[in-house]
Amino acid sequence: MADKPIEGEKRVFMTGNEAVAWAALAADADIMYGYPITPQNEIMHYWTRLAPRYEKRFLQTEDEISAGFTTCGGVLSGKRAFTATAGPGNVLMQEAMSMAEMLRIPTVLVVQQRGGPSTATVIYSQQETTLTCFGGNGEGMRIVYSTSSHQDLFDYTIKAFNIAWKYRFPTFVLGDGYQAKMRESLYIYDPEGKGMAMEKTMPFLGQEGMPGVDREPAHLRNTYNTEEELYAVISKYVEEYNKLTPEVVEYQAEDTDDAEIILLAHGIVARAALAATRTLRSKGVKAGYFRPITLRPFPAEQLRQIARTAQKFVVAESAQGQLLKLVQEAIYGETVPLETYLKPGQGITGEELVDFIDSMINGKIKGKLNSKINGKGGF
Amino acid sequence: MTVVPNMPKAWRKESKPHKFCPGCGHGLVLKALGEAIDELGIQDRVVFGCDIGCSLLAWDFFNVDTVQTHHGRTTPVMTGVKRARPDRICIAYMGDGGGYAIGSQHLVNAASRNEKITVILVNNCNYAMTGGQMAPTTLPDMKTETTPYGRNVEETGYPTQGPEMVAAITGEDAYTARGTVANLRQLKNYLKKALQNQMEERGFSFVEALSGCPTNWSTNAKDTWKFLEEMMTRFFKVGEVKTPGKELGSEGKGIAREEAGKEPAKEQVEGIAREEKKGEE
Amino acid sequence: MDATVKIALAGEGGQGVQSVAGIMVEAANDGGREALYIPNFGVEQRGGVSVAFCQISDQKIGSPKFKKADLVIALSDRAVRRTRQYVDKDTLFIYDASLKGLENELPQDAKKILAIPALEIAKNELHPRVFNIIIMGAAIEATKIIGMEQAKKAVEKRLGYKFAQNPKLRELNFQALERGARLVKESLA
Repeated sequence: MADKPIEGEKRVFMTGNEAVAWAALAADADIMYGYPITPQNEIMHYWTRLAPRYEKRFLQTEDEISAGFTTCGGVLSGKRAFTATAGPGNVLMQEAMSMAEMLRIPTVLVVQQRGGPSTATVIYSQQETTLTCFGGNGEGMRIVYSTSSHQDLFDYTIKAFNIAWKYRFPTFVLGDGYQAKMRESLYIYDPEGKGMAMEKTMPFLGQEGMPGVDREPAHLRNTYNTEEELYAVISKYVEEYNKLTPEVVEYQAEDTDDAEIILLAHGIVARAALAATRTLRSKGVKAGYFRPITLRPFPAEQLRQIARTAQKFVVAESAQGQLLKLVQEAIYGETVPLETYLKPGQGITGEELVDFIDSMINGKIKGKLNSKINGKGGF
Repeated sequence: MTVVPNMPKAWRKESKPHKFCPGCGHGLVLKALGEAIDELGIQDRVVFGCDIGCSLLAWDFFNVDTVQTHHGRTTPVMTGVKRARPDRICIAYMGDGGGYAIGSQHLVNAASRNEKITVILVNNCNYAMTGGQMAPTTLPDMKTETTPYGRNVEETGYPTQGPEMVAAITGEDAYTARGTVANLRQLKNYLKKALQNQMEERGFSFVEALSGCPTNWSTNAKDTWKFLEEMMTRFFKVGEVKTPGKELGSEGKGIAREEAGKEPAKEQVEGIAREEKKGEE
Repeated sequence: MDATVKIALAGEGGQGVQSVAGIMVEAANDGGREALYIPNFGVEQRGGVSVAFCQISDQKIGSPKFKKADLVIALSDRAVRRTRQYVDKDTLFIYDASLKGLENELPQDAKKILAIPALEIAKNELHPRVFNIIIMGAAIEATKIIGMEQAKKAVEKRLGYKFAQNPKLRELNFQALERGARLVKESLA
């Protein structure tokens, strides 16, 4: 048996795609199925170079439909199988992910969002938020981690395997083209060395013993004959999903206690939001920061608490209101006014968020301000 | 006195009588398959995948581990299982719509990659589960719900020649055949050879089974068999198309496989790949 | 916002701006600082203007791209036009002196604009292949994100395998670094 891919912990400087490949190795993933699409290609490139050294496998499929379904097959065989995609590939992969939801197949899918709709750009966006959370003809019973740094990509890719296998819901790591392609520092490590045990896997198909004699055969189906049969199955899933929600939800918050303006963002835009929050604080503006890490399930209760004390929410995202919908649903009934900073398919910097809030405070944005902040203008 | 029919050991008695329509050929194909599994002694190693369409009704047919997938997607699911667990015998079971239309890219590519799985495709000339629409295998001038005046070959082409297509894109290590429920002994023989090809880790194996659909054909028993045996066989030739190990000429082997075996070509191609990599720096 | 140094390097595909950006940020990272580098990338794999966005800081860096840079280096006409948007009153804007007729295209509000004859020096004094290393020398002199010794070490790390085959290349590259630094130093003096 080959040595462990990572001994202990070390600081590295690499792209996000490389970080994902290392994380999958560190998580002891067995096999990747994949199909080329920018900007996730290097996940495959690094995996195909590294995997054979650790007796791990790769299959390049004919399309993303196949990549999704072969991943389902790999997982059904009891292996930590994963795939990665983006944009139109994510669209195609939703078919398999909907089967994974129905059959409770713990797949892991890394999404590096690119511009949309259609082929759009190969660069960056946050426009696959709704698709990743709710793609498929179902209820979106899946777990979605939105990462905002290479450290996140590494940590949450490992975690995705564990959470998927623990709860048996398809699990997603939602990155983007910036995270895929940029280089920054992070620590990579052997999870065991940190006392993190990997969740055990088990075959759903192909167990030992003679079916019908030593054990019952596995008969997995996603088709039901009656409404009542289906309703019973889905109701059970909903109950289980609701039960896992408080155990799984994650978020990050800063300076929210006394904040009047809360900047809300996920993924890489959260970095801009956090930087802007700190700058605004240094200028005396009572700003706070909230970032959902899990988009499914959403940290709704936590956000609702903040909505009760804040005077304004500002939702910033590189999409035309996909995070916004999640926020609105989460705080439905609360009266905090919502302001938005939406740039579908384009990056958002901390500087522009500061400028935006500044002009908001100075009353340049009309009709939406209803309280006084920092003694300036009618907020 | 209840007569208990003679069932293959691999069949699951609790799910019988099965759910297919009276006179449907699926039960016969699955009988041949059950016997093949029994005779090869692989019941505890088989992973069975069934498609959408009537084939989905086989989801609890056998006492073998089974997954029912999406329309056309059984081939990739079984590919995924096989790649992760090469010790399993993976069978993808589907209809003509699943294999030749919505899942054709999977069939073509699994065959091209020489996946060590067995695909069994039931050809009954129509989409049966959805109510009898035209399939890639619908015969010329045959009436279906979407070709109410008969299949016009000028507009919709000719019936897909599946095993012949698979034979054309695979190498000498593949097995392809077309059997029929009208000759179960022969069909079982083909299925066994297909499974053996997988067990011996040779390559891809593919069996099409001609089958009847009295419900959608609106035929009685006599006409069903007449259509199956006289009409379908005019368009779909029953027999083995490719058997592994048989020495094939360049044409049958495929130019790519011929060329790959030649040493100088190999060296040159590797050299090009290395140069390309350098160029990226 | 903080003490983050922001650099945009832009040139034509093949001028090597991404390579030097990669070497610089890696050197900064090796020196224990936080660095972030993102190349612009699109469907055009080879053609078009190539921009490298680099940030170096003592703390974790925010968004990967930025509105305004501390240093912009543009190495072609198109690169000048493309990168004007990153310039404000705090930006040092450097372009290659061989670019002519750009009077109306140059940014109006830069802190300072420098034309350096990097291309000419590469061609006539050193070697066309070390053009981008001259640019790297200029960039580190202008920003002080890393010292000259660190820069040499980083170049050695990246190109050492080539230097092993031809030690003259090492000397040539180091000369290029120093020459680039001197160009900026003299211009700013």
